[in-house]
Amino acid sequence: MTEFLEAVLNPGDTVILEGDNQKQASFLSAALEACDTEKVHDLHMVIPSVSRPEHLNIFENGVASLLDFSYAGSQSMRIAHMLEDQTLRVGAIHTYVELYARLFVDLIPDVCLVAADEADAEGNLYTGPNTEEAPTLVEATAFKNGIVIAQVNKIRDKVSRVDIPGDWVDFIVEAPEPYEIKPLFTRDPRNITELQILMAMMCIKGIYAKHGVQSLNHGIGFNAAAIELLLPTYGEQLGLKGKICSHWALNPHPTLIPAIESGWVKSVTAFGGELGMDQYIRQRPDIFATGADGSLRSNRTLTQLAGLYGIDLFIGSTLQLDEYANSSAVTNGRLSGFGGAPNMGNNPGGRRHSTKAWQDMRRGDDELGMGRKLVVQVVETYGAGVTPVFVEKLDAVEIGKTAHLPNAPVMIYGDDVTHVVTEQGIAYLYMTDDKEKRRKALPAIAGVTPFGRQISRAEVEALRREGIVAYSQDLGIRVTDAKRSLLAAQNMEQLVEWSGGLYHPPVQFKSW
Amino acid sequence: MEILQFHFSGEKPVRQKAHAGVVGSGNLEILLEPAEAGQAEVVVTTSLDGNGEIWRCVLQRFFEENPVCVKLEINDFGATPGVVSLRLMQVLELAEEGSEAE
Repeated sequence: MTEFLEAVLNPGDTVILEGDNQKQASFLSAALEACDTEKVHDLHMVIPSVSRPEHLNIFENGVASLLDFSYAGSQSMRIAHMLEDQTLRVGAIHTYVELYARLFVDLIPDVCLVAADEADAEGNLYTGPNTEEAPTLVEATAFKNGIVIAQVNKIRDKVSRVDIPGDWVDFIVEAPEPYEIKPLFTRDPRNITELQILMAMMCIKGIYAKHGVQSLNHGIGFNAAAIELLLPTYGEQLGLKGKICSHWALNPHPTLIPAIESGWVKSVTAFGGELGMDQYIRQRPDIFATGADGSLRSNRTLTQLAGLYGIDLFIGSTLQLDEYANSSAVTNGRLSGFGGAPNMGNNPGGRRHSTKAWQDMRRGDDELGMGRKLVVQVVETYGAGVTPVFVEKLDAVEIGKTAHLPNAPVMIYGDDVTHVVTEQGIAYLYMTDDKEKRRKALPAIAGVTPFGRQISRAEVEALRREGIVAYSQDLGIRVTDAKRSLLAAQNMEQLVEWSGGLYHPPVQFKSW
Repeated sequence: MEILQFHFSGEKPVRQKAHAGVVGSGNLEILLEPAEAGQAEVVVTTSLDGNGEIWRCVLQRFFEENPVCVKLEINDFGATPGVVSLRLMQVLELAEEGSEAE
């Protein structure tokens, strides 16, 4: 395979390598790493998710020199070091939608390396539940006279379904091993804490119910998992079924199974697949998009578009928030990039939704006034090791400078944030009409962090009276109700039970 | 390990003894007993040294919001201030209502 790549690639070529969130073209990336640098060097790599060691090894051995990427979860420490000592030059760290869009504008690829489940002799590709962004990457290349090379798990006479048409594909190779895939969005309910349950109760009652949020995205993390698992219990008690959380842009979170089975969910459009969810999804074509073969059709590009433009709420967690609610997950020399959160966690100003949630965000009586997307950040005031989440200045600012980045790697810009939730309460930032008021609302929920100590009790009381800040007691939530027994499933076994035995957790999540 | 003692002024009595929380890493337990009028007394035994100022702050806020006459015994195993506040609110709800929390 390496010899083939050496023949096809020219020095300086722009090469897309399918590193996605979940799926990795691992056979092709290993072959690329082994290329002779006399023949192949200084490639300009486009890797949506930098996930495997060889994604960075190729910059150390000289095969590649320039990188455009979006996310680097498991390689975040190494990529920060390589940027600092300039082993690696970065075109830009993009958000997902930005990166895909640029492939058609000014990052036009010469070669594209992707992975699929099956191919036939015509080159038709079947990508199963893990289509992710592959069709977009291939399209950007195929229609600009580029070369598309696909590794496949199996070559068959007839593919199970055509996810990428054969005349977009130039070469196929049956890999000796199936492509690598990781369960990125599986959260074991066993690890959900009472504090996360309390915050989930506040989100459901103080945000989702208050604004009638029907379409949404949940980020990765235990706070979101807690909300999903409280819908059939706490949400049911509040009589909210059918009134909130019907339509989702979401990776197929196993923790959503109880809500689906309780009739809360009407539709889920998926960015990617999730290991173990295959059989379950096949039985719920009423909820998920599935193909003629029965399995999930995911599409990261289109679902990111849905997350940007289609949904009314994004909720995510972060590691740091500054006084204006700018947030970043970049700390301690880890440069994890952005992925899709900034696409979903922003307010696209051109939208004009008619939904209650969108209209609820309208301020003032301007005849041309607009609603907003709800962008919610959920954080505990202190992270592990007594580290305050609220900081004067994001670590991202310095790390961005050290890594020679043109933009500080902020995840969600404060101006887009409408609500911040901590264990102390909710700050309804959309109600603050200027920056100073905004700066006052945050300390009121910042607990005993140095930032939270800046505000007087009288000021907090005033904000609570105005409804800009609500504590759990203001929302009528009893903290003694925030118990693990309130979760619809408290462990992986119970998720399997809810699925009727159709969900098959990956082995690392099995304890029974 | 560190032992910290705090005194605050209490105004309101509570109904009964209560217990909240669990003994475990990153967690804490709180034992609450009704105290004499005007008194609120707290003894914290914590596995993490050097956080006296944060403890004072968490407890002061709690007693400002809820000026109750109680004696609290807190056994802390590295809980975050958020978890401490949650347990304080829980133990108070229990002391004023009944039934024990897990």
